[in-house]
Amino acid sequence: MARVSLTGNDAAAVALKQCRPDVAAVYPITPQTEMMHKFAEFVADGEVNTELVTVESEHSAMSACVGASAAGARVGTATASCGLALMWEITYVASAMRLPIVMAVMNRALSAPINIHCDHSDSMGARDAGWIHLHCENAQEIYDNIIQGFRIAENPDVLLPVMVCFDGFVLSHTMEVLDTMEDKQVWDFVGEYKPKNTLFDFKRPKTYGPLDLQDYYFEHRRTQWEAHKHIIPVVEKTGKEYSKLTGREYGLFEKLYMDDAEVALIALGSTNGTAHVVTEELRAKGKKVGLVKLRCFRPFPEDLIAETFKNVHTVIVLDRSIAFGTHGGPLALEVRAAMYRKPKQPKVVNYIYGLGGRDINTEQIAEVFERHLDPKYEMPEAGFIGLRE
Amino acid sequence: MKKDKGWKELPMGGIIDEPGNAREYHTGSWRTYRPIWFAERCIQCFQCWVYCPDNSILAKDEKIIGIDYDHCKGCGICAQECPEKAHAIEMKLEAECILAEE
Repeated sequence: MARVSLTGNDAAAVALKQCRPDVAAVYPITPQTEMMHKFAEFVADGEVNTELVTVESEHSAMSACVGASAAGARVGTATASCGLALMWEITYVASAMRLPIVMAVMNRALSAPINIHCDHSDSMGARDAGWIHLHCENAQEIYDNIIQGFRIAENPDVLLPVMVCFDGFVLSHTMEVLDTMEDKQVWDFVGEYKPKNTLFDFKRPKTYGPLDLQDYYFEHRRTQWEAHKHIIPVVEKTGKEYSKLTGREYGLFEKLYMDDAEVALIALGSTNGTAHVVTEELRAKGKKVGLVKLRCFRPFPEDLIAETFKNVHTVIVLDRSIAFGTHGGPLALEVRAAMYRKPKQPKVVNYIYGLGGRDINTEQIAEVFERHLDPKYEMPEAGFIGLRE
Repeated sequence: MKKDKGWKELPMGGIIDEPGNAREYHTGSWRTYRPIWFAERCIQCFQCWVYCPDNSILAKDEKIIGIDYDHCKGCGICAQECPEKAHAIEMKLEAECILAEE
């Protein structure tokens, strides 16, 4: 074990190196570039024996990853923002073909206008593609989630690709202290990838990605739907094993003061660090607030979330992404849908914040909490934090 | 007619895990025109065999022996490529051929 200071991107590169991918096909984009620069250094220095394929676009990157994974390779890659948007077509291919690719996504705003800063709209734009989405609060979680990502993706009951999402610049470029494991410890945890199907099976050759007509496409999609039911237990089980190895707990989400909370807040990513401080401060003043830090956005753990929120009078959902033409951001829609099945419904209010890297601070979060302590406070439309009117 | 499979019977990831099973998919039913091969006019140049996109010109012991009508889609490339002086393949309306057979 080593206690090191690394940027989020470097922590991701180290984790990827220790998982020993056979192939990494990648194209640079801010704020991902430094991760693959670091990883390319590891390859050049002989620290990892990965076939690093530098392609001409993100669409090509994911296509090459799909080919490599179909061949039976362990595959990792990374992208952000418009890069993810460009490879969108192939993300659906990767999940439908049940390829356990692990991809770091350094959450960054989508164009236009061009913005290189933190925003979750990129991974949210791919939320229906059939990938698993794990979100990170800090560099430690980036490191831990990439390692667990391979175990989750390659689990024979899952065999689906994983997106490890972390805030662009806020986490990717900020140096933090974290604990890394020895190469052998990581390798003992992830192990060698044993593919179920591979293009190298010459005794019984397989065709990947054939055509379906009206008579079979629907049934193929249904098999993918079924596979998604297995993910949550695997994420939990992998988290428990990882916690035995490292002492750090990992599940679907973390709860803070939820047992007797009257108002709860839920968010993704680094904002949870800020919200954690606010929650503690308000609790010290006797306010009954609580926090849910969501790690697993896809699949959305709706039953557990609904159970967690069933006794609060208001749930404040913070969305660092915007979804047009509907009444809430992506996370708010999920939480509202989850609560729908409960007989007692809390108010689920939604705030859009932090788009294009707009910062959010403790005062702003505290103000939002204070406003909603009153159970009678109505908020019919989504609000905005930190927006100039 | 083989019964279509339910979703539970499908191989994972939409792969086809039975190599060469395209043989069982009879695209011959798609034909509008059928190539008729006249053996006595054939000069065995093998141009039809080379250019057929569906491997549907049959050869045995280095001789053209006929056409695989289970898979021939009637594109007419074989008739097009057959040298004019040989003119060993003619395209006929599939519907007429079927009527004639009955």
